[in-house]
Amino acid sequence: MYVRSLDLVDFRSYPRAVVEFEPGPNVLVGPNGVGKTNLVEALGYVATLSSHRVATDAPLVRAGATTAVIRCAIVHDGRELMVELAIEPGKANKARLGRAPVTRARDVLGALRLVLFAPEDLSLVRGDPAERRRYLDELLVARQPRFAGVRADYDRVLKQRNALLRTAYLAGKVGAGSRDLSTLEVWDAHLVEHGAILLAARLELCAALAPHVAKAYDAVAAGGGGAAIGYRSALGDLPAGRDGLRDQLLAALRDARQAELDRGVTLVGPHRDDLGLTLGPLPVKGYASHGESWSFALALRLAAYDLLRADGIEPVLILDDVFAELDTGRRQRLADLVGGASQLLVTCAVDGDVPADLRGARFELGDGEVRRVH
Amino acid sequence: MYEGAIQDLIDELGRLPGVGPKSAQRIAFYLLSADAADVKRLSTALDRVKELVRFCTTCFNVTESEQCRICRDPRRSDDVLCVVEESKDVVAIEKTGEFRGRYHVLGGAINPLEGIGPDNLRIRELMARLGTGTVRELILATDPTTEGEATATYLALLVKPMGITVTRLASGLPVGGDLEYADEITLGRAFEGRRRV
Ligand SMILES: Nc1ncnc2c1ncn2[C@@H]1O[C@H](COP(=O)(O)OP(=O)(O)OP(=O)(O)O)[C@@H](O)[C@H]1O
Ligand SMILES: [Mg+2]
Ligand SMILES: [Zn+2]
Repeated sequence: MYVRSLDLVDFRSYPRAVVEFEPGPNVLVGPNGVGKTNLVEALGYVATLSSHRVATDAPLVRAGATTAVIRCAIVHDGRELMVELAIEPGKANKARLGRAPVTRARDVLGALRLVLFAPEDLSLVRGDPAERRRYLDELLVARQPRFAGVRADYDRVLKQRNALLRTAYLAGKVGAGSRDLSTLEVWDAHLVEHGAILLAARLELCAALAPHVAKAYDAVAAGGGGAAIGYRSALGDLPAGRDGLRDQLLAALRDARQAELDRGVTLVGPHRDDLGLTLGPLPVKGYASHGESWSFALALRLAAYDLLRADGIEPVLILDDVFAELDTGRRQRLADLVGGASQLLVTCAVDGDVPADLRGARFELGDGEVRRVH
Repeated sequence: MYEGAIQDLIDELGRLPGVGPKSAQRIAFYLLSADAADVKRLSTALDRVKELVRFCTTCFNVTESEQCRICRDPRRSDDVLCVVEESKDVVAIEKTGEFRGRYHVLGGAINPLEGIGPDNLRIRELMARLGTGTVRELILATDPTTEGEATATYLALLVKPMGITVTRLASGLPVGGDLEYADEITLGRAFEGRRRV
């Protein structure tokens, strides 16, 4: 799969930009702040309907404009598909696939498969568990778009259940007595139902991903391996299979009942889990060096890329500002590792940072323009 | 801000569901420039709807008499009762022509985020209807949303011990959707393929 062209209107710093990419390596060069990341962020948005940098859509729309439009042509198996997204903060995104408008923007998920590694990904290693859950769930959705629905359903049930607990908690506090918990059992059942589906999928994903992470870390760190991942659930050891998980979740909810009532919030479920990262015998968080942490984050993205490729559709790989962080040996090894991607987009501020054998198409950015150099 | 009456009108229109401030302003100025007779018809319709329309004392569908047309119809079966969230869902289901039983309109769905629990819905009235023993099957036709599903589960737990068959509309309805917006064919199929819960 590759992106043939990207057309932006009022996205980030660009009033208008049209870029024609090539299959194979594409290098985007330009000074800090020129708009390199803005370009790849737009592609990331098409793939995930969210930005890798900001949680809300407002910063994506050019200051002074009301709507940003991203249009891109994706080539897969010799067929070209147009995807168009209109982003208007505070409103639902509008989307088109091919010529037809789609009712929900969610329907464009799956049209562009892409793995993006960016400096922000250091938080995959250093940040809260929420960052790693997001990594897992995004990969889940990239492999099977229907999990976007599972996640949305789970989140909605969780919100409703929390609202119920919270109301009961507050009523109890002011001694209003009427703690209406008659529907709690219903929310339990639905939380467990959606939670077990999500949990089963995450466990399966982790098992499939683990060897790819070890391999990718080895490759980047030149044999200084020992990178491992493992799903961490507050429930402890988890049974395989959805039915077992459902029972275990339900039992855990029962056990946590009093604590939940005391605190007015849901304390059990996949929204509390984490992805454990270790290097040899030590956890990465709090122990690993800057370079090791960086390499681990990179390994997580490369592993995602490998896994998606093994599923049969080769995703587009984007490395934003990666080479500048690596020493010469690691740069070369990374170039060898990713050079064969069906499409690779690399950004850098300093021309010489990208190894010579990655020179495919080359673009220079400046004055709000993207110029093809060769 | 405008002065007096026009701003009052904009404010009132803006409180209606689905009407934003811009639309409210556009409607207000449309009314201002419209024919006096047209506006009179609208305001009469508004008055009459509050005067004449009430809820059916049996099923809580909207009606202009004590009982709604469906509850009064002797040809319909008393064996099967279909539970929906709103009156508009009755209209949507009637259009399919698949259902010849009676309805019960809950007036919403369980939604803790909006402070709506079972006591805020017409669930007690539903239980009273079921208590008479004539209903053999209860069809749960709440929306296929998180809240609609929760309401269906709640009712299923409540009703099943009474020995009444409880069914749920077959999936195929768009998840997160509104019954009202499902087309007749999809909704009709969902009725045929309903499953026991
Ligand atoms: N909504 C917006 N409207 C206008 N300009 C914006 C908007 N969002 C970001 N920018 C501008 O875009 C620029 C950042 O672009 P970008 O992050 O793509 O830079 P970059 O080329 O990746 O730089 P670096 O090499 O430092 O990573 C900043 O100058 C910022 O002010
Ligand atoms: Mg950048
Ligand atoms: Zn009636």
